[in-house]
Amino acid sequence: MEPVYHQKRAFDPLRTWLLLPSWVVIGVFLLIPVGLMLLISFMTKEFRGGVIWELSLAAYDQFLFDRGLFGDDPPTIQWTYIVIFLRSIVQATIATIFCLIIGFPTAYFIATRDPKNRTFWIFLVTVPYWVNLLIRTVSLKFLIRDNGPINEFLLSFGLLSEPLGLINTNIAVQLGLFYSYLPFMVLPIYASVERFNFTYSEAAADLYADKWSTLRRIVFPNVVPGIAAGCILVFIPSLGAFIAPDLLGGAKNFMIGSLIEEQFKGNAGNWPFGAAASMILLTMVLIALLLYTRQQAKGEVR
Amino acid sequence: MLKKILVVSAIVLTLGASSSFAQGKLSIYHWFEYIPQELLNKFSEETGIEVTMDTYDSNETLLANLKAGKLGSFDVAVPGDYMVSIMNSEGLLDEIQPGELSNMGNIQSQWMDVSFDPGRKYSIPYQWGSTSFSVSRDVFGGDIRTMGIIFDPPDELKGKINVLDSQGEVIAMASLYLGIPQCTSDRDQLQALDELLQGAKENWASFNSDGAKDVLVSGDAAVGMIWNGFGAKARAEGANIEYSYPREGLVVWMDNVVLLKDAPNRENALKFMDFLLEPENIAAVTNYARYSAGVEGVDEFLDADLKSQPESVPPADAPAGSFVEPCDEEVQVVYNQIWTRVKQ
Repeated sequence: MEPVYHQKRAFDPLRTWLLLPSWVVIGVFLLIPVGLMLLISFMTKEFRGGVIWELSLAAYDQFLFDRGLFGDDPPTIQWTYIVIFLRSIVQATIATIFCLIIGFPTAYFIATRDPKNRTFWIFLVTVPYWVNLLIRTVSLKFLIRDNGPINEFLLSFGLLSEPLGLINTNIAVQLGLFYSYLPFMVLPIYASVERFNFTYSEAAADLYADKWSTLRRIVFPNVVPGIAAGCILVFIPSLGAFIAPDLLGGAKNFMIGSLIEEQFKGNAGNWPFGAAASMILLTMVLIALLLYTRQQAKGEVR
Repeated sequence: MLKKILVVSAIVLTLGASSSFAQGKLSIYHWFEYIPQELLNKFSEETGIEVTMDTYDSNETLLANLKAGKLGSFDVAVPGDYMVSIMNSEGLLDEIQPGELSNMGNIQSQWMDVSFDPGRKYSIPYQWGSTSFSVSRDVFGGDIRTMGIIFDPPDELKGKINVLDSQGEVIAMASLYLGIPQCTSDRDQLQALDELLQGAKENWASFNSDGAKDVLVSGDAAVGMIWNGFGAKARAEGANIEYSYPREGLVVWMDNVVLLKDAPNRENALKFMDFLLEPENIAAVTNYARYSAGVEGVDEFLDADLKSQPESVPPADAPAGSFVEPCDEEVQVVYNQIWTRVKQ
């Protein structure tokens, strides 16, 4: 412990300066953009894009209240955006579960290989991700469409009488999200499992625990942080995804990402509303993360 | 949407001999798949100007990106008719002074004094055509000369329809189908429009503009709302499709080259516009995109099959065309609501 203490004191006077670059980065790339977003969400929208610098709650009002097609009915709860948010949450959740089901065994497999070969397996997991996300999504689209190779293969061998009809469905979107974010699940779990001391599971086996009990009661609790990190890393980007719903879902059903994009780049041109929808998304994610960290903290105390 | 990413990555750099004696640069903001690379090369060779191009997939994307800070990085853009007037009212266009374009006289007289730019102060014609839909004759043998194919499809076409991801054209077409005026502020009519699109959406497979041709060629869609020349290209690539001239009406459009405000290379932009007013050059665009030019004297440079192309030759009883109209804010807000509800 002594050397650590000395080291700490030696850097004390410099600490502020050494942290400065991080603070600048956080300020420029996080605080200022989010602050700007918050500000714009409370401004008045300009017709066809842009903002008028006058305070207004119209964006949040539009999100929460339905005033009919013409905006003068008595306000009722606006379901349109709630449905879009719920859809995004459901899609992201399913994608996360898929990633976990496939990702955990993959990570476990890699982590239990001979240490010399692990890098190779990790390398294999990352190979497809050298290619741009858009290209991968387009390729997936070509693969699963009604006249694509998968359907043609199944049809020609008589395994199907009708194409699967995957393209332009929610399942296609989930498939796209799963494919896009799988390594974000594999890598953190791999890191956890690799650090796990397998003598514990040997001890469990010596005490007559079967394989399933060992996995559930010894391995699993020890790698939970990796699983949680993986789930967060898959769930959050899936929530805001717009490439997969657009390409694989046929742009028919908005997810949050496409709804926000439409406000800035599409027909709507409503920046304050786009900013407000982003703030609401951000708040939701923040609350979920806070709950999670509190849970974690409690667990550690126990 | 994702197209924009495709789009941004589609930067076309003209290299070769021209760059060795670079006469400056020209930055074009253009629709996707709408100008042959050879023509850009030719321009670079003739003038020594280095050309870069970014692309977009809808008039609305063009407007949104210019307003979001891209103004000042492009010299010319190619907005459709109604977007020319919107961009002008938003102050995004630079006026072409009399005499700055030496080929101004080449413009066909009917395209000289147009409602979206009276007297052609801000724009020159690029291409014009119609927006309708093509139907696969492998799937459907019946009458296709009605917009009911899109809005109230027969059973065999349900779930096999691709629609352009373009609010203006879809709503204009729906208005023609219902027989109501565009930009109407009549509440019953707007209500009917909303109901029509809500009901029709159930039968649509996808919204896709830059893939509108591919889904027809691959057979993923049996009906595709499409621009006429793009439909002709789909047919040329092997799709057994027929382009419809619906009896309810025909949406027509004209794309125009405009000079953008704060253009970094204004002189070169004018040279490019003059270049595109040469019959031989604009004919190369027509041969490539399969639409029609608005310049005198192009005929001798056009491919022979263009004259008989069904997508360009409406039947004698085809209705007159209607341009998409720019609506005022009050109606546009309702249109946006309707559109969000369609894509909810």
